[in-house]
Amino acid sequence: MKEFLASVKKEFRHIFRDRRTVLIVMIMPVIQIILFGFAVSTEVNRVRVMVCGDMSDISVMRITDRIDNNRYLEIAGTLSNPGEIEDVFRRNEADVAVCFGMDFGRESVSPSGNARVRIIGDGSDPNTARMTVSYVAGVIQQEQQDISTSLAGEKRPSMAPVVQLMYNPAMKSSYNFVPGVMGLILMLICSMMTAVSIVREKETGTLELLLVSPVKPVWVILSKLMPYLVLSAVNFASILLLSHYVMEVPVKGSLILLSAAALVFVITSLAIGILVSVISSSQRTAMLICGMGLTMPTMIFSGIIFPCESMPEVLQWFSDIIPAKWFIIMVKKIMIQGGGLAAVAREMSILTGMAVVLLAASIRSFRTRLQ
Amino acid sequence: MAAIEIRNISKSYRDIRAVQDISLKVDEGEIFGLIGPDGAGKTTLFRIMTTLMLADSGSGEICGHDIVRDYYGIRKIIGYMPGKFSLYQDLSVRENLEFFATLFGTTIKDNYDNIKEIYSQIEPFRDRRAGKLSGGMKQKLALCCALVHRPSVLFLDEPTTGVDAVSRKDFWTMLRRIRSSGVTIFVSTPYMDEAALCDRLALIQNGGIIGSGTPEEIVSAYPYRILAVKGPSMYPLLKALRKIDGTVSCFSFGDCHHVAYDPARTCREAILGKAAEEGFADCSAEEISPGIEDCFMQLSGKWILN
Repeated sequence: MKEFLASVKKEFRHIFRDRRTVLIVMIMPVIQIILFGFAVSTEVNRVRVMVCGDMSDISVMRITDRIDNNRYLEIAGTLSNPGEIEDVFRRNEADVAVCFGMDFGRESVSPSGNARVRIIGDGSDPNTARMTVSYVAGVIQQEQQDISTSLAGEKRPSMAPVVQLMYNPAMKSSYNFVPGVMGLILMLICSMMTAVSIVREKETGTLELLLVSPVKPVWVILSKLMPYLVLSAVNFASILLLSHYVMEVPVKGSLILLSAAALVFVITSLAIGILVSVISSSQRTAMLICGMGLTMPTMIFSGIIFPCESMPEVLQWFSDIIPAKWFIIMVKKIMIQGGGLAAVAREMSILTGMAVVLLAASIRSFRTRLQ
Repeated sequence: MAAIEIRNISKSYRDIRAVQDISLKVDEGEIFGLIGPDGAGKTTLFRIMTTLMLADSGSGEICGHDIVRDYYGIRKIIGYMPGKFSLYQDLSVRENLEFFATLFGTTIKDNYDNIKEIYSQIEPFRDRRAGKLSGGMKQKLALCCALVHRPSVLFLDEPTTGVDAVSRKDFWTMLRRIRSSGVTIFVSTPYMDEAALCDRLALIQNGGIIGSGTPEEIVSAYPYRILAVKGPSMYPLLKALRKIDGTVSCFSFGDCHHVAYDPARTCREAILGKAAEEGFADCSAEEISPGIEDCFMQLSGKWILN
């Protein structure tokens, strides 16, 4: 036991004496959360709308007003000739343009109903264009409804779907990336740092000395895992605090259940770290394996960026073996949907199974001798 | 009971044969030297004996513990200092020593008298990080760490490589003192001049033992006689000496050439005379007794025969 504590103390010293490690371990999660929160946001804000049409037309003015008063849209200016739109997009002075046809006002109230309006988006950024165009279309549709109401004097029966996004009414992207970043960071800290710290001892030759000592290899491994377990707890807490108070992501479910899920995931990642350290002979290899073999598949297949459901079936099977996927699903269910243990029982048991298998494999694979 | 006994140990890395059929016996309380150039297989042999590696074939015991089956027992009673400085560079001198003491279930305090002599030399720097120590001090710290748990057998893999001449001498003095406390020391070195300081030694070359015994035994088994020849232009002289009939070999040894000759076929005067005929008139030649290096050259078969 004394040997174990001395090893743990030694590991903590290694971490805190290396400024780079401290920086990676303590600062990276904060920066990632803030980056994802503010810079890599997929929400659309302050969309600049260029209006093209007869500005003396009362209907055109009403719609323009309506656009200007929308919290996501603002009027960037007006054009008289639709031919100028391309120039405006090229100079990046607007994100979307609305073109009103001739005699728009008169046509919009006439029964023949031939009022023409064109919404032109900047397709060079398809994701943003699709969202801005649909915003503008929504605004115009509302105006159309108002006109019909005022014409008929009462609301005519019509189909108007009311769209509501449960759990995330404002469509905040932070609801998606907070669980994602949490999964990524815990994975990275636990697997990469553990792997690197064991491989470093291989490189410097100190592993030889550890192996020649009568300390059982199991204790050597466990003492290496301890500091990273503590660090990931700190990271977990800091990500939660940041996302709750800065990103305003709710924690609807039980915090204890969430922490339990994180613990199981951390153990899985630590076990993967040991396995990586067994197969790599240098710190660089370990980093590469973790970067290419863990971080990238986690990003792609865990559903942070691309939904797993839209992948080809083979890739879906592959995504099933990525521990982060199950963890992220659990975090979403617990944090955002407020699900209880019953809701995450399946994911939890899969992840626990992975943890047990990987941990057993990694302890078995850690040799009592050099290669 | 022998402190170390290994029989017919062989080990290959893929198709490279690192160690071939080595058998050694080291008695308790002696300094046993393993002498050989880089790449001879010394480190591999160390790793096999310290249970870090499994031999492909062969068997052995350290203080009666089998090197394969009872590796755990061996790890309790040996101290090992690898060839590369292998302590934690980011930990201080004291933290390193404390860590290794705890690892072996002991404390610095309990064994202070065992390491006092060496540790007192680095104690003024006990709060300095190990990575910032000079080569000689690193070596002393590594030795302290290997000794702190009172091992019965001490394995030192090239402890003096990269250490200056004065520190090397100090180091051997320390080894003699450690031996006097009853510890068996198995040490390897590429320096032939350190061979004479061992109680017994084995010469290793290309993974095989080419000679073993006390330094005296090895030297007395040398079959030829040696002349130390000095002259004005050394390199042409070396080539000329090699051509002389009756010389078995000639190598440059610092400021003179060691000419090995067969006393049955030639003598000092004859060699000097032949050299004078070749134009090296003002050579001096001195009859010397062979050193370990001369023996190594002869045993390793690095001869230019004529």
